[in-house]
Amino acid sequence: MRRSKSVAALLSLAFILSACSSGAEDEAGSGAQAQEGALAAYDESKAGGTLRLVAKGAAGTLDPHINYTLQFWQLYQATYDGLLAFRKVDGPKSFEIVPDLAEALPEVSADGKTLTFTLRSGIKFSDGRDVTVADVKASFERIFKVSSPTAGGFYNGIVGADKCLATPATCNLDKGVVVDAATNKIVINLTGADATIKYKLALPHAVVLPADAPSKDAGSDPIPGTGAYAFASYDPNNELKMVRNTHFVEWNREAQPAGYPDEIVYSFGLTAEAQVNAIKNDQADWMLDPIPADRLSELGTENADQINVHTLTAMWYLPMNNNIAPFNNVKARQAVNYALDRNAMVKIFGGEQLASPACTFLPPGFPGHADFCQYTKGADTASPAKEWVEPDLEKAKALVKESGTLGQKVGVVVSDDEVNKQMGEYVQSVLNQIGYKATLKPISSNIQFTYIQNTNNKVQISLSQWYQDFPAAMDFSYILLGCESFTPGSDSSINMAGYCNKDINKRMIAAMDLAVTDEAAANKEWGVIDKDIMDEAPVAVAFTPKQVDFLSKRVKNYNFSKQFYMLVSQLQVK
Amino acid sequence: MTDREPAVQVLSESPGRIARETLAHDRRTWIASALLLFIVVLTLSAPLYATYVSKTDPFVSSINGTTVIDGQEVSVLQQSTEGLRIGVNPIGPTWRIGSYALGADNQGRDVAARLLYGGTNTLLIGFTAGFLTITIGTLLGVIAGYSGKFVDSFISRILDVIWAFPVYLLSISLSVVLLTSGFKWGPISLEAGSLYLPIFIIGLVYVPYVARPIRGQVIALREREFVKAAIGSGAKSSQIIFREILPNVIPSVIVFIPMMVALAMLTESALSFLSIGVQPPDASWGTIIKDGLGLLYTRPLVALLPGLLIVITAVSLNLLGDAVRDALDPKARMRGAV
Repeated sequence: MRRSKSVAALLSLAFILSACSSGAEDEAGSGAQAQEGALAAYDESKAGGTLRLVAKGAAGTLDPHINYTLQFWQLYQATYDGLLAFRKVDGPKSFEIVPDLAEALPEVSADGKTLTFTLRSGIKFSDGRDVTVADVKASFERIFKVSSPTAGGFYNGIVGADKCLATPATCNLDKGVVVDAATNKIVINLTGADATIKYKLALPHAVVLPADAPSKDAGSDPIPGTGAYAFASYDPNNELKMVRNTHFVEWNREAQPAGYPDEIVYSFGLTAEAQVNAIKNDQADWMLDPIPADRLSELGTENADQINVHTLTAMWYLPMNNNIAPFNNVKARQAVNYALDRNAMVKIFGGEQLASPACTFLPPGFPGHADFCQYTKGADTASPAKEWVEPDLEKAKALVKESGTLGQKVGVVVSDDEVNKQMGEYVQSVLNQIGYKATLKPISSNIQFTYIQNTNNKVQISLSQWYQDFPAAMDFSYILLGCESFTPGSDSSINMAGYCNKDINKRMIAAMDLAVTDEAAANKEWGVIDKDIMDEAPVAVAFTPKQVDFLSKRVKNYNFSKQFYMLVSQLQVK
Repeated sequence: MTDREPAVQVLSESPGRIARETLAHDRRTWIASALLLFIVVLTLSAPLYATYVSKTDPFVSSINGTTVIDGQEVSVLQQSTEGLRIGVNPIGPTWRIGSYALGADNQGRDVAARLLYGGTNTLLIGFTAGFLTITIGTLLGVIAGYSGKFVDSFISRILDVIWAFPVYLLSISLSVVLLTSGFKWGPISLEAGSLYLPIFIIGLVYVPYVARPIRGQVIALREREFVKAAIGSGAKSSQIIFREILPNVIPSVIVFIPMMVALAMLTESALSFLSIGVQPPDASWGTIIKDGLGLLYTRPLVALLPGLLIVITAVSLNLLGDAVRDALDPKARMRGAV
């Protein structure tokens, strides 16, 4: 399974989740923070006004089956619904799955291959038409017809999906999604049990659209949805406008709560500096892009009550190309891991309040995470430390010499935004210190993510980020380092390291199967797999970031979903 | 004995001597030269400053580095301790020689040391590219102007093509392409990221600005009697170019030098600011301004100082250029006065 996210969103926003359980302590500066775990009852008196969001750029197509950016996924929470949804609440409970367009959670057959839903009655699209089971079936087929980026990764387990993947235009899921208009029943048949299917059905790529939605990328043309809001207009160079869906009636507040602002206007084209100034001057309510480093201290002091900081289950890491020199040598890769000063990268990111050094592939607090670090001073693969403490440059230099790669040229490919370039410059400096001749190659944020995936570009080492799709270990380890995620010559080869250890791959697949029956045992196995993967150092994990939301003074009722971040529709501006 | 007035003494000073004397008496020459000399000496002292004064390597990131101020060890990049304690700021100017006198950049490197090293690169590229432009431009201008016909047409059309592109657009385009793949042509090979690349690019894009006026001047000279006489006496083309043409073109070329150096320096700074000139970890004044851009709110000096040095150097070069022009072409000065 493969997945990618638009770099623009990944870099700029730090959207998605954090630990599904423990470790993720959220620090919120805003006094407008909502109660964790539940949305307050809807307060009619707070409804109204226009919420003004600002960003440097738009996130491409508005089509919910195609767009794979955190920037728009956040908006889809208020505009579209699937059969299931992540609970729309503040805090860790936002990882939980609740019925959305379905009346209840599915009945799952004993073998885990059949899921039976009943579609709620009386729900309408924003154009006034009723939602029917035919729309549900057509929407699943549309995922393949429009070649959704996750069609082959998340939904390939539906019976008939293999044919749809081969010939998308004629996709037919008659056997995979069986519907009965008389009873409103929907049966989804899978080729095998899938422990993560409930998460996949709650993602925006599985939302229900009208059956006559175009079988191609809708681009800038809004497709009617069922959420509390509808997209009214979209100009990627200027503005995206959302208005209330006049046909919306709240059916499950945990899945699709009624929103507060009358309008949500997303303006594009402002630099991060300008976004900060706009919020400070009450000309905007929230900014997407990261706050510029030299404004953090100022805002953290003068506008502390407008800042919200949240831990994420995400990572910044350095994929090293395991198939070309010098990083086709395990010692060279280990050397980079030893040399990398995670604290330095944390400082570049904004300091210890905004990020934490990391060493493991699975982030702290994530299912399957185990505390270990082979690549810190005084530790090695045989006797790992509990956590990363400090780099070991001498050991790194020795490993480079042993690897026989001393003096080789290395290109570091990073995005051209300020934070990434600074990180890249630091990595370049480290590589030079341990004996390589490193050059920095900053390239546009719009293409860096796909550029570093394509083996034809012969990228040796790059800086990338990964934010979870859903709280399951496979979304990190298998998606990013599984053999099936490596497609030479493709822009969609999310296994950027090109790492493929067949034994470990088998164990990952076995762990996924085990998760269907025994999630705890599976997570334990994922922790062991993580250690074994990192022994081979296909990547160097740098740190776990936190999300900073900077809001205008007038905004109230801030809720942070661990899954989709700030709940836009719940912000009050009146 | 005679009552006739004594004959007026005829001055027989050479134009070169007149020019030298005019230059020597022009205050602009001295001010500009002193400033330039000061800046050149300052930038050349970069290795000494880094080794013996700041004792830091300005090309290595020192994000977790420390320095000693008033006997206390302090971090070069300091975590904010107020409010939400978010953000990390580089140490500001300490005004203490050897302890990050001008502060640190966001990689924890000594701004003063990088400013000096950056100046070395900026001036090196400015002077080298400037002289490259002058050399190629003069050569092409003289050959085209003297040869005429097909050779003139061929060279002029090439110059027209280069001239057709705005200088910065052409520089940026060439830089983007060459920075990715480097430059290889026959025995000439420049690696991507090499300092020679901006020299080569900047040296090339300004060639028409020198070659065309020189060509025009040579065409005019070719029609002068002394050149016709040389041709008539059977002198070889090379003799005519070196003995008759070039000596008359040299004053114009000299006037071009400070102007082209200043232009090359400014272009280098612009390219480096756009990340397509000097590549990290090397520095130039342009890259330091870029580094300072992200620190404008907290550490404005990082961007301001290299900008100031660029202005001083460019103004000095222009002043010098004006003085040289006035000295070598008194008529132009008189025309200007009128």
